[in-house]
Amino acid sequence: MERVYLDNNATTLVDPLVKEAMDPFFTKMYGNPNSLHSFGTEVHPYMKLALDRLYDGINADDEDDIIITSCASEGNNTVIKSLYFDSVINGKKPQMITSLIEHPAVSEVYMFLEKLGVEVKWLPVNKEGIIDPDELRKAIDPDKTALVSLIWANNETGLINPVKEYGEICRENGVKLHLDGVQAIGKIPVNMQEIQADYLTFSAHKFHGPKGIGGLYIRKGVSVVPLIHGGEQMAGLRAGTINTAYMIGMGYALALAVKNLDYEATEVRRLRDKLEDAILSIDDVEVIGSRDKRTPNTILASFRGIEGEAFLWDLNQKGIAASTGSACSSESLESNPTFKAMEIGADLAHTGMRFSLSRYTTEEEIDYAVDAIKSAVERLRGISSTSNKEYI
Amino acid sequence: MAKNDLIGGALWEHYSDKVSDRMNNPRFMGEITEEEAAIKGAKLIIADYGADSCGDAVRLYWMVDPETEIIIDSKYKSFGCGTAIASSDVTAELCIGKTVDEAVKITNIDVEKALRDTPDTPAVPPQKMHCSVMAYDVIKKAASLYKQVDMSVFEDEEIVCECARVSLSTIKDVIKLNDLKTIEEITQYTKAGAFCKSCIKPGGHEERKFYLVDILRDTRAEIEREKLNFGEERKNFAEMTLIQKHKMVDKVVAESILPILHADGGSVEIVDMKEVDGYTDVYISYKGACAGCAASRTGTYEVIGVTLRKKVDNSIRVNIL
Repeated sequence: MERVYLDNNATTLVDPLVKEAMDPFFTKMYGNPNSLHSFGTEVHPYMKLALDRLYDGINADDEDDIIITSCASEGNNTVIKSLYFDSVINGKKPQMITSLIEHPAVSEVYMFLEKLGVEVKWLPVNKEGIIDPDELRKAIDPDKTALVSLIWANNETGLINPVKEYGEICRENGVKLHLDGVQAIGKIPVNMQEIQADYLTFSAHKFHGPKGIGGLYIRKGVSVVPLIHGGEQMAGLRAGTINTAYMIGMGYALALAVKNLDYEATEVRRLRDKLEDAILSIDDVEVIGSRDKRTPNTILASFRGIEGEAFLWDLNQKGIAASTGSACSSESLESNPTFKAMEIGADLAHTGMRFSLSRYTTEEEIDYAVDAIKSAVERLRGISSTSNKEYI
Repeated sequence: MAKNDLIGGALWEHYSDKVSDRMNNPRFMGEITEEEAAIKGAKLIIADYGADSCGDAVRLYWMVDPETEIIIDSKYKSFGCGTAIASSDVTAELCIGKTVDEAVKITNIDVEKALRDTPDTPAVPPQKMHCSVMAYDVIKKAASLYKQVDMSVFEDEEIVCECARVSLSTIKDVIKLNDLKTIEEITQYTKAGAFCKSCIKPGGHEERKFYLVDILRDTRAEIEREKLNFGEERKNFAEMTLIQKHKMVDKVVAESILPILHADGGSVEIVDMKEVDGYTDVYISYKGACAGCAASRTGTYEVIGVTLRKKVDNSIRVNIL
């Protein structure tokens, strides 16, 4: 076995069917959909199909909007800055709420707004790594809170937050809720008729679509100030010529992902659990969060006595792709903020390793990965442990 | 920011082959037992050192011949990233065959240089320079255990930037000599702050005793005070006797020029001074590496002239003998 890709929370391979479906829109049907001639209009049916698939994929109402963006980061920036612009225009001093386990695509935006004088409340996580709805309830000030931004499924742990409750709490208080759905969509059912969120962001490359394309769901009656001003595309909410091929690819990718949700919940989960059982059979290993509360593809484990970057190195030598938030693996020597926020006992900032599967992961790959992980652990603990098995 | 900074994930591309090799096949990893040391009639030293901010820890073993104080064998155990393991491996290797006193002089820079594939290409990317610092600290710890003294005994000067091993006095001197005004300039001149960046200001990867921002501010204040004093002296330069002038020139040469030349193995001497038509002609003679160096008639010559005119008097002209 040459290589095994277990880093699907970072990005996924593009489903070959998706790639094939995108192909005609580069050299044949390349018109600008805003043009009135046939080159422009012939693309419309395919774009409408893509929208249908996106709306169906998250069960959005036809009266809601799904804006096509370049990525989830753009969607998050649009929502958060939109509420900030609103307050500037209205001369109000807003308070905004987010959590300590957000992806940088949300947390860095809030850190930037803090510099501009916005009061941001950072919600902690409980012992299970979940953002407790009671913490949200306590933090909300109905008179001041302009926006709540929370992560649906965490990218590092895979832990699924109780977003339905967040929706209810925000609705009761008349506060807008923005969910980062990047790691949820394509892994677990997402139904916007059931979840009372006002905004939802997602990115195609996390569910076997191409990179560089994403979506921003906006509930009916909720407004947004554009981040990118210009032409009248996307009903004036997001300027820039629509990336037709990628939009069409994303629609198809979401349809395929939704079709495969059962497979995610059963077969991907079975392989994940098999890998997790094998990892847990190694001494001094801790896995974060109970299996039922996680996306079916994700394992975050702490291997005592093994520093994450060294582990990643050894795994890479054996062709295994995984991910560590270890401080030593980052450009800035800063450890992953989610790891810092997780008070779970394990020293994740130094020993955390994430394995994330996809519907393309095979049984043989898992068997190979188990052997590779075990031999890497043995070698590196040989370097770090003393004769009486104490890790220094 | 530039072209090379735009694509991330390049960390491992900057590791030397030697770092990769030591990571994959460490040579000196292991333990030394009391029994093994006893057979050789040697003293066993086991030193532990950890860096909290890194979560790294290393244990260094030394087998020391009590007669000669030579380290006859060394091994280690390391919990750390790839570069920490590679650095520990080279550290153990560099210790073998040295006396304890010699070993203490090994620095993290020696370790990093030993890991280079070619003399001019760093073995690790800038932020990973930091990983070899621990390897150096554990040597001091081992030596302190052997000699039963405190570790601080081996640190004869205050180190501000551990990655590049730049001392407080060097940084202050460089700021004054070159009239530096920004942190970036300090980094360009000394490499301090170029690596893990902890020493630039509080809040970085690791807590430090001194930060470049404070040193720069304080030294700038010192420069301003000195300027005021010099202003008074300068006013009187024209009224000084030739001997007084000579003394002043000598003082500036000793304080501001010789340290630069000494760093490159060169030197300069004031041979004569004459007053001609309102000018003060200073005659110099190069020594050491400066004699015959091409720069001695261009760059170095310029620096000497500019420094003397700035710090002594505008009337000075420099002549090479």
